[in-house]
Amino acid sequence: MVRYILGRIGGLLFAFLVVSIITFSLMHAVPGGPFDEFKQPLPPAAKANILRKYGLDKPVWQQYLLYMWHAAHFDFGIPFSSPTETVISLIARVWQPTLQLAAVVILLSYSMGFLLGTVAAIKHNTWIDQVVTAFATLGFAVPNFVVAVWLILIFSVTLHWLPTGGWGTPRQFILPTIVYALPPMALVARYTRVNMLESLRADYIRTARAKGLTEPVIIGRHVLKNALIPLITVLGPQIPNIATGSIFIEAAFRIPGLGRYYVTATFTRDYPMIMATILLAAFLWGFTFLITDLLYTVIDPRVRLTGGRN
Amino acid sequence: MAATEAALNQVPQLKQRTLMRDAMRSFFKNRLATAGLVVILIFIFMAIFADLIAPTPYYKSVLSESLQFPSWRHLLGTDAVGRDFLSRLIYGARTSLTVGFSVEAIAFAIGLPLGALAGLRGGWVDFIVVRFLEVFTAFPSFLFPIFIMSILGNGLSNVILAIGITSWIDVCRLTRGQLIALREREFVVAARSYGSDDWRVIVRHLLPHALPPLIIMLALGIPTAIFAEAGLSFLGVGINDPIPSWGKMVAESIGYIRVYWYLGIFPTLTIALAMLGFNFVGDGLRDALDPTMYND
Repeated sequence: MVRYILGRIGGLLFAFLVVSIITFSLMHAVPGGPFDEFKQPLPPAAKANILRKYGLDKPVWQQYLLYMWHAAHFDFGIPFSSPTETVISLIARVWQPTLQLAAVVILLSYSMGFLLGTVAAIKHNTWIDQVVTAFATLGFAVPNFVVAVWLILIFSVTLHWLPTGGWGTPRQFILPTIVYALPPMALVARYTRVNMLESLRADYIRTARAKGLTEPVIIGRHVLKNALIPLITVLGPQIPNIATGSIFIEAAFRIPGLGRYYVTATFTRDYPMIMATILLAAFLWGFTFLITDLLYTVIDPRVRLTGGRN
Repeated sequence: MAATEAALNQVPQLKQRTLMRDAMRSFFKNRLATAGLVVILIFIFMAIFADLIAPTPYYKSVLSESLQFPSWRHLLGTDAVGRDFLSRLIYGARTSLTVGFSVEAIAFAIGLPLGALAGLRGGWVDFIVVRFLEVFTAFPSFLFPIFIMSILGNGLSNVILAIGITSWIDVCRLTRGQLIALREREFVVAARSYGSDDWRVIVRHLLPHALPPLIIMLALGIPTAIFAEAGLSFLGVGINDPIPSWGKMVAESIGYIRVYWYLGIFPTLTIALAMLGFNFVGDGLRDALDPTMYND
């Protein structure tokens, strides 16, 4: 077990390192830089000064090592686009709207998806099941910025109930939350339904029925418990995606969150901001995967962890 | 003797049942899947014959006719610089499908041989491929293509490259897993025991069994790539003007949505239709090709 965890952490660190090297070298591989003359016409001495200040005059490998050394001490540098603060404080600030959105979306989509999937499985092959399945296919297949436009057209442009975008008031919160919650809700509903159906057909359920247990007890104690386990592998990795991936929603509803700042950072070649965001997403992803796998062994004692990973 | 032979010939020949033939039948019995296939075929037709079907070239802009409501002259209206919306949607199919098919071509060209090599050879080859998989999965799914696009610059081939870079991971992992599961099975061991060489084992025994899940992955990978292209173009880091892209048309429509609301309807419906078409076909194939899953 310890050997397995150490091996996994080692693998994650290696992947993390490669991601950082590739991102860093790609950033510097293109000619030009964030302080090019056409953006900021500066006298050569002043430009050299700025480059020296940010360490951009050194060879790339030295810059990388320096960056990683500082990063290991939780110093991710100063964003070029907002030099009065650090990258950490900038990310903390712009991640807030994204995280607020993500928290509500995770709660809403998981609970609703789970409920819909369960109801669909219990009412298998009825119209309820068909409606849920159709809804799940739609929510899963149609891109969220497409749904965003539809909901804006209905609720903002036609009915004038809600604003078309912006951030800050509760009314501006509603549409982005619904749009962002739909795909994970559809995914959870889909998987819950399939797992429940499989679990309902299992032999131990037939045994439970034969024993004369009531339907609520069968569903609650036997079906749900076994249907939940496979869900963890699907749901766990969704969390970091939701927490860092609301780029389209933020663009469609003009929300000043992490995704929008990231897209701007790639345009302006804000190296420290790009690096920090990609490393943050990669770290969250790896961490969640590890936790998911460990959680799996706690809940399902049949799963034994070994050194290798398939 | 002659009489019995003649009688035998009278008996209608039973068609041989194969997995593929069974799958075909069950696929076409599925109404949603058939409808999806029809939608896809229409889009492919639009993409190939766009020059003949589209009322005007996609770049033809008449500024005096900008932002028009749908009319007989412009069936779906015109955009901000007076280009016929219907024409741009038709040419947009060409962009979307080019990206969808090219990205999957990259995914299978890299993922299939790499996964097969790892699955069959095992040992240190497998170790290296698995490390590769781990590293490439760690790249954040939308953040990284956006970053790549900021380096390469906008354009069709750059979009294909940016999406394609990580597209092969799933194909590689699936191929590897399939072959590892299959290579110890009795029929493979039996084939080896009567002297089949590697090549014959792979082509005759392993590939046919590994194929169905890969076909499903291909069918579901195309809409994923189309989605990614529409997404990048929606953010403004995808296809360059004047080449039309559905995602870019959606982004442009949001700016005018309060007044020229109709601009938002057609590109979003087109994207939704294409995505549903491919997904229905993918789901239909999954139901048809997976003999362990019986539909109730």
